[in-house]
Amino acid sequence: MPSIILIHDDGTRETLDVAVGTTIMHAVVAAGKDGIVGECGGSAMCATCHVYIDRDQEQAKSLPDVSAVEDAMLDSATAERRETSRLSCQLRVTEAFEGLEVRLPERQL
Amino acid sequence: MSSSGPVIIAGAGQAGFQVASSLRDEGFAGDVLLIGEEPEFPYQRPPLSKAALEANHNGASVFLRPPKFFEEKKIGLQAGKKVVSIDRAGGSVTTCSGERIPYQHLVLATGTRNRTLDIPGSKTRGVFYLRTIADARGFGEQLERAKRLVIIGAGFIGMEVAATARKRSIDTTVLDIAPRPMARAITAATANFFHNFHSSLGTKIRLGVEVSEIVVENGAAAGVLLQTGERVDADLILVGIGVIANSELASEAGLAVQNGILVDEYLKTEDQNISAVGDCAAFPVRSLGNIRIESVQNATDQARCVAARLAGRVDCYTNVPWFWSDQSTIKLQIVGLVSGHDDVLVAGSPDEACFSAFCFRNGSLVGIESVNRPADHMAGRRLLRHGIPISQDQVEDFKFDVKALEAYARTAALEACP
Ligand SMILES: Cc1cc2nc3c(=O)[nH]c(=O)nc-3n(C[C@H](O)[C@H](O)[C@H](O)COP(=O)(O)OP(=O)(O)OC[C@H]3O[C@@H](n4cnc5c(N)ncnc54)[C@H](O)[C@@H]3O)c2cc1C
Ligand code: FES
Repeated sequence: MPSIILIHDDGTRETLDVAVGTTIMHAVVAAGKDGIVGECGGSAMCATCHVYIDRDQEQAKSLPDVSAVEDAMLDSATAERRETSRLSCQLRVTEAFEGLEVRLPERQL
Repeated sequence: MSSSGPVIIAGAGQAGFQVASSLRDEGFAGDVLLIGEEPEFPYQRPPLSKAALEANHNGASVFLRPPKFFEEKKIGLQAGKKVVSIDRAGGSVTTCSGERIPYQHLVLATGTRNRTLDIPGSKTRGVFYLRTIADARGFGEQLERAKRLVIIGAGFIGMEVAATARKRSIDTTVLDIAPRPMARAITAATANFFHNFHSSLGTKIRLGVEVSEIVVENGAAAGVLLQTGERVDADLILVGIGVIANSELASEAGLAVQNGILVDEYLKTEDQNISAVGDCAAFPVRSLGNIRIESVQNATDQARCVAARLAGRVDCYTNVPWFWSDQSTIKLQIVGLVSGHDDVLVAGSPDEACFSAFCFRNGSLVGIESVNRPADHMAGRRLLRHGIPISQDQVEDFKFDVKALEAYARTAALEACP
């Protein structure tokens, strides 16, 4: 099971094991972690699963491109949109995610 | 507020869970007790008619949070218990197990139940409804082997399930007495698009037809009879003909009920110590009177509003409603309340499954239905939230330029609320 690293807004880091095929949003919510709301259940409709993922890290190379829907929803996320912004419900974990650093925004609502 | 006892939340669905969770987010330190009739931990319903029914469903959980969340947040949860009565004078509720529990404040989050079809044969094996996890499990199992599915009711749930069934090549017929699919909720323009879209997937949509009987063979449903005498064969039947608010608990306690539990702009019933949120609550909306909305946004935003009030922050409920539905490759997003609109302007291209229907009433924008045009939807959320006026002429100008509309909404929102 690949592990991803969650970096909370206050800088605390924790490691989360995620089953392959699960989205990052689902994994974080199912683990009962704060930082992701996931109100629409992963339909790319609410933007409350916004995360920042640095593209420079090796693991980020296997991320899918931002789709048009994801792009539009990210524009309306509560926390600032950056180059690195993604909707975590659109990121399905593969083995290649091992060690991926996922930064959580200050607010989702 | 009566002095002792926890905040009790009757109903552990989307709204009830959110009240409990938001109370903790707001720093509320008192006892919180969530009492829910269903035996499960709180879960989301939207996937039950969508991803959870797909053949390649990867088993993603529908549960809102894991069991340990409730322990960590000190949220008491009694699952599988129904609240059967409220003693308002004494400030307590009684559960089905006979336990009397005093409350400091009571939040009713009892949701809705399915309207049932009451015709000959309707209680037969093979006739399903879709509201709970238990319903979805039962129906999902049958869908595995179904060859011919008949869906009675062309509402959101019926159409979402039809899309999923067609993905699995199941012969699917949708029947409704109404003239258009999802007729109660969306404009004719959008409904017509969906009609064509579902037809292109191979779903047979029969409108303006009434089902008079479920045909029973060997103890199981084998089809439906229409009023005209025509028979439509089926080995699986799904009924999705709307819901009824669970408001009996409130009315038996003497609270006012009118298609839902009547609440004021603070989501309070006429009893200071009782609030109601989500699908079961009928709340005031300017120019429309008291209305009930069945959506996740409404459930969670109302829950947050009540939690904030109980934690000492008082604000009335004024959030802009929004809703979504996934049907095959189509994402429908609705913002605002389009009922009673007198003009519709379509931007984009229904032929390419990418358009928005802007709805106006007396020249003011009241809502937008977007099909695969999320930017319009998000711009609409901003416009309506901040009450930013936009004329039909302006929408005409932005018709083919989503980015321009988005930019207009963003700039105006910043000016309205720097
Ligand atoms: C199949 C399906 C698909 C949907 N898809 C969408 C969608 O795509 N988008 C969207 O926005 N919305 C969707 N909805 C609607 C959305 O799920 C509801 O609006 C939302 O769940 C309402 O939350 P609620 O807490 O008010 O009610 P519910 O979630 O229904 O919860 C109410 C709970 O209260 C319990 N209860 C009732 N009476 C008592 C009592 N006396 N004591 C204790 N417990 C009691 C019930 O058992 C239930 O568990 C869908 C609904 C269904 C059924
Ligand atoms: S969970 Fe709603 S957009 Fe990702």
